Amino acid sequence: MPARPRNISVTEASRPILPRHAKLRFDDTRQRWVILVPERVLAPDEIAVEVLQLCDGTRRVDDVVDLLAAKYVADRAAISADVIAMLQNLADKGFLVEARETSV
Amino acid sequence: MSPILTDAAPLPDDSADGLSILESQESAAETFGIPLAVLAELTHRCPLQCPYCSNPVELERGGSELTTAEWKKVLTELAEIGVLQIHFSGGEPTARKDLVELVRHASDAGLYTNLITSAVLLTRDKLKALTDAGLCHVQISFQGNEPVAADRIAGLKDAHHKKREAARWTREFDLPLTVNAVMHRQNLHQLSDIIQMAVDLDADRLEVANVQYYGWALKNRAALMPTLAQIEDTSRIVEEAQARLKGIMTIDYVAPDYYALRPKKCMGGWGRQFFNISPSGKILPCHAAETITGLDFLSVRSSHSIAWIWQNSEAFNRYRGTGWMPEPCRSCEFKEVDFGGCRCQAFALTGDAGNTDPACTLSPMHEQIFRTAEAEASGGSDRLIYRNFAGGTSETGGEYGP
Repeated sequence: MPARPRNISVTEASRPILPRHAKLRFDDTRQRWVILVPERVLAPDEIAVEVLQLCDGTRRVDDVVDLLAAKYVADRAAISADVIAMLQNLADKGFLVEARETSV
Repeated sequence: MSPILTDAAPLPDDSADGLSILESQESAAETFGIPLAVLAELTHRCPLQCPYCSNPVELERGGSELTTAEWKKVLTELAEIGVLQIHFSGGEPTARKDLVELVRHASDAGLYTNLITSAVLLTRDKLKALTDAGLCHVQISFQGNEPVAADRIAGLKDAHHKKREAARWTREFDLPLTVNAVMHRQNLHQLSDIIQMAVDLDADRLEVANVQYYGWALKNRAALMPTLAQIEDTSRIVEEAQARLKGIMTIDYVAPDYYALRPKKCMGGWGRQFFNISPSGKILPCHAAETITGLDFLSVRSSHSIAWIWQNSEAFNRYRGTGWMPEPCRSCEFKEVDFGGCRCQAFALTGDAGNTDPACTLSPMHEQIFRTAEAEASGGSDRLIYRNFAGGTSETGGEYGP
């Protein structure tokens, strides 16, 4: 049995969080946000950083989308599509998991 | 351990959806900032005797290794100057009794910690302790998909079985697992089975790395060099598996450069984005750099800082950028694509590290090298020379090494 499920499908009902082995961190030397993953350093843009900071394991994707739509006074459907695409891309690489019920 | 650490092809640039790979954003013209990742070869001691080991033929003895206190100071300094990831390798890093302590120290300093291991010395308790100390990722080398052939290549009985156990514990502790499969003529026929083994082990990532021929592997080239037909099969099998396993397991593939048209961009270019630290503390542009004689590699035990050595030492600047290049590199349109290929290979095959890498078709030596490779692939003996501190021991049949 895999310890971690593969092929997560991100929806508005998901409650995503970065797994232990994907670390979002501000790099003081290069003055930018990075995600540290096995043998790679990912360079998220500002929006991706904001989304991932909101994905704290308690918020659902729809909560995150609501917050961003309100903050940027933008089309909710468009934001939802962008957020889900970004999160799905991370999930496909194994760098995003569903928060466990117990951790809520 | 891993012969390809930074040679692996980066993931496709996904900047369209807000995520990209930091290495790929750095332009060739940029000055030489501190690398994102550093390889720490804690020891050259290893229970395995793989005939393609990436360590130098002149192995450093245990007595010359940095002490625990020295490694801790190095780790702190690396984090301070902007290194983000540390790869603990060797030799066999778990042969160091202080590994848990070093992983904890690195984690506390903010470094992302990878363990590159043969795994045969790991116990479940040891791996648990490493996990608790903050270890982020485990990479385990495999020599084949079944014990008879794999244990023979490793030169150690029961090695394959122990690796499988350690891979299972890795996933049990929810650590990401990379399987590193080093490929050569004597195991390429197992590639499909090795890919399936990695899936069955629930690996996140598989490195299919063809042997790079310097150091120990050069000694064993006749026994390991694949045929052109094998390489063509390999590329097809890898491409098919990459498509089939998308979202399940990433496969990074390193082709053997003897059969390539252009040389590999070795280490991303000499002294451009990578350095490693040898067991005795020498700062090297790549793990094989000491095979080049005549270069003076400075140590962390010297009076210089690590950053100074990286930026100013003669050995790092000797082949940095493009200014050192002879023809045909100097006027080549690809000179900032591959940076002239591999200096260690140029030295090993031409006697001068400043020559064009003979893997390049534009090298005057390419034709001769390619013909040698073809002849060895079809006519070479399968007998191995095992890696050890005695300078290598010929396979005798039945038993492994000395």
